[in-house]
Amino acid sequence: MKQTLSRLMRQPMARIAAALLAAIVCAALLVPWLSPYDSYTPDFALLSHAPTLAGGHVLGTDPLGRDLLVRVMWGCRISLAIGVIATLMSVVIGVAWGAIAGYAGGTTDQLMMRVVDVLYSVPFVPLVIVLTVLFGRDLWLMFVAIGAVSWLDIARIVRGQTLSLKQREFIEAARVCGVHGAAMIRRHIVPNLLGIVIVYATLTIPTVILFEALLSFLGMGVQSPMASLGSLVADGASEMQSHPHLLIVPAAFLSGIIYAFNYLGDGLRRALDPRSHD
Amino acid sequence: MPAMSPHAPQAALPAANTQALLRLRQVRVSYRSASGEPVPVVRGVDLDLAPGEILGLAGESGCGKTQLLLSILGLNGPQAQLSGSVNYRGRELLGLRAAQLNAVRGARIAMVFQDPVTALNPYLRIGTQLIEVLRSHAKVSGQQARERACEMLEAVQIGDARRRLSQYPHELSGGMRQRVVIAMALMASPEILLADEPTTALDVTVQAQILSLLRQLCERHGIAVLLVTHDMGVIAELADRVALMYAGRIVEQAPVDPIFDHPLHPYSEALQECVPRLDGPPPRRLASIPGAPPDPAALPSGCAFAPRCAYRLPVCDERTPELLQATALHWKACHYEGPLGRLRDDTT
Amino acid sequence: MNAVTRPLLAVEGLCVDYHVRVDGRRERLHAVSDVSFELTRGQSLGIVGESGSGKSSIARALLRLVPAASGRAYFEGRDLLQLTGRELRQLRGDLQLIFQDPLASLDPRMSVANSVAEPLRAFEPGLSAAERRARSTAMLEAVGLSATQLHRLPHEFSGGQAQRIAIARALITRPRLLVCDEPLSSLDVSIKSQIANLLMQLQGELDLSMLFISHDLGAVRFACSRVLVLYLGRVMELADREQIFRAARHPYTRALLQAAPAPTPRLARARGRPQLSGEIPSALAPPSGCVFRTRCPYAIERCARERPALRALGDSLVACHRAEELASEPELATLAG
Repeated sequence: MKQTLSRLMRQPMARIAAALLAAIVCAALLVPWLSPYDSYTPDFALLSHAPTLAGGHVLGTDPLGRDLLVRVMWGCRISLAIGVIATLMSVVIGVAWGAIAGYAGGTTDQLMMRVVDVLYSVPFVPLVIVLTVLFGRDLWLMFVAIGAVSWLDIARIVRGQTLSLKQREFIEAARVCGVHGAAMIRRHIVPNLLGIVIVYATLTIPTVILFEALLSFLGMGVQSPMASLGSLVADGASEMQSHPHLLIVPAAFLSGIIYAFNYLGDGLRRALDPRSHD
Repeated sequence: MPAMSPHAPQAALPAANTQALLRLRQVRVSYRSASGEPVPVVRGVDLDLAPGEILGLAGESGCGKTQLLLSILGLNGPQAQLSGSVNYRGRELLGLRAAQLNAVRGARIAMVFQDPVTALNPYLRIGTQLIEVLRSHAKVSGQQARERACEMLEAVQIGDARRRLSQYPHELSGGMRQRVVIAMALMASPEILLADEPTTALDVTVQAQILSLLRQLCERHGIAVLLVTHDMGVIAELADRVALMYAGRIVEQAPVDPIFDHPLHPYSEALQECVPRLDGPPPRRLASIPGAPPDPAALPSGCAFAPRCAYRLPVCDERTPELLQATALHWKACHYEGPLGRLRDDTT
Repeated sequence: MNAVTRPLLAVEGLCVDYHVRVDGRRERLHAVSDVSFELTRGQSLGIVGESGSGKSSIARALLRLVPAASGRAYFEGRDLLQLTGRELRQLRGDLQLIFQDPLASLDPRMSVANSVAEPLRAFEPGLSAAERRARSTAMLEAVGLSATQLHRLPHEFSGGQAQRIAIARALITRPRLLVCDEPLSSLDVSIKSQIANLLMQLQGELDLSMLFISHDLGAVRFACSRVLVLYLGRVMELADREQIFRAARHPYTRALLQAAPAPTPRLARARGRPQLSGEIPSALAPPSGCVFRTRCPYAIERCARERPALRALGDSLVACHRAEELASEPELATLAG
């Protein structure tokens, strides 16, 4: 693990991505806490103010006079949280599902993977629309909805990897040592899958964030006054002509996060692949 | 004991063959480690290959024998740093660009790899692969190339050559594939064949056939062979002369009989004693060499074999022994001058 | 048969089949056909033959890693091939396996201490973590590794050290039968004999019975008191070591001995050209009659017609129609030397 990290950090692009991500995370945590403004209180004297260093609102204000910097940082928090939590959920479900299917093989494998196939074929956006209509807009619904879809990819990848791991000699050796069933999956299969799962999870986070942004943009995401980067971009888009900073600032942060995770995931993949010498 | 002279390997060649075909001088190969330090895998090797001889380059895995072989044709890969001199018929090969080397590779100096499965393209017919070798080096018509391919398949004793040309590699057995690989190497009539563990992937019965074939081809076509192997049995079967490598250096060099009859280097003696024999009374214990070959990134000071050596002297830890002439044809790199034979005594 | 002479392992008519796809059709490949042998306590039996002869399939079938098509394998009176889930898992502590490539047989993400202790978790679940630690440390020291290396991962060890770790893992539950599948083939010459010596020493100390699968006749001669010669899944010859190496009866055994690399160049020259031509045929299309007849220099018309039964000839069991005639050919009998 230490070796992987050092190989990761030797790639310049991955280093930049990690630094950028660390900066955004720190800012998202610190700025709302340090700033004199909060993200809900409107200031009707300063509606849609342009960015300025003089007035204290470094990135300006939104149409309700709320400080944009603080709101964007809150948006980063929400978006990152959705990205990380939904990905974690999909990793847990996906790894368990894929490893069990792959290790059990036969009919169990067939049944479990057909379930995945069926879920894949469900048109997702209409489903979320139906769910929001039924249950109202809710942050938890977002987690569940996104997590429920993104585990499918992980399950397929993990199953494939498990099938090839099963052929490896050390699994046969473990069987001779009396290891079987759940212990085999827990002790030998899953630890050997972690590398690829970490890579894939790192690449899933930006997908999830983008997906949440899409839902928010369509008006099905987080509910105002709470904000995610997606909803901020949506709000900004409607003011695009008169106050472009309302679109540009959250969009820039969204792109920054997506970029950072993608490069980090790519760097991890290279760091874990013993054949690639960066 | 004859007088020691400074290292001049030309003298180690039989008198008739003073003109070496291939002359390696102070060849060094190193790789960069994870921490950026250069790791030497070949540490200054001098070697001469005379026309028509079979020179066995023996040693255990990690001793640098394959890297030395690859350095002749500059095939070590982009990570490797090479220095020294590889001289083929007066022409310096080391440092040539790939385009210039290609005129030599395959045409004058051909290579046979260990694994016949990966050496052949599974999607191309045998005939196509054989002909490709020839046509990339010489202007010949398709018909001529086909004739030559047939001839070569017959030379490596593959029956029904014409039909084989249209077969794919997977339709052949392991031994047949290695014969095809050898035929491929011979297509452009090279003068030198570099063989890297050519029989390691094969069964003993097939190994015996391939070794016998290599010997015949060498005699019939006058090809010089540089044979890399970890198996002293293969050396005993095939080689005329032996260079024994340990930790990137040659530690003993001599014609094959003296090496086996009177090994001068403790490593050479130990390697031979390690191989269980099929005659004599069954041993109660096998002779072995304690420890393991050193990591090229952390070589001991002085003689690299000293930590495992049964004849270790105080000087061995201080000074690296030079490869010096011990008898007319026998060279060794060892400080110990007394008689060997301790290992043999241990097991009986 | 009384209790004293009863063998530890008695294999009768073992057959192993694989299903393979040839041009889209499912075909049955007979990897092992009708193999029988016995192994007494403390004895080691060598199984030799070329690749594709079914050596590893025997090992894997006995350890129930692949299913046997038919046959029986009595281990202390119980048929290994009939055991079901729980019984089988309990017995696995008594039957252990060492693989050819030690690094591939160790979990790359598991520390050596955990790998070695793995069988204890399964077979002696009552042990505390500290007891397990003590047992694995003692075992690793017994195979010549130091306790300071316990927390490392397998890739930090050389091939020889990794094979020592694999041996420690196989022996930690004190099994009675150890199956070694080419345990020396992936090792360097100087390490090979270290490991062979270690195996023999431990075999003596622990009163182990061993199945020693190898293509290295020298190692088999050192390690085994009895030798079974296998060709295309069938037993060609089964005899004591002395018999096999001094006066082999079967043409295939002789050919194997003759093909083994000579220890010195003088012996190599004296021996001349290899006798055996061709290669082992595909198990999908075995020759009729005697499976070896296509490469046998002594094959006659009868060999194609009739499969030779394994029968007693002197102290050997041989499957060859012409074994008596060939036994009197002196220059062949001495090829091994």
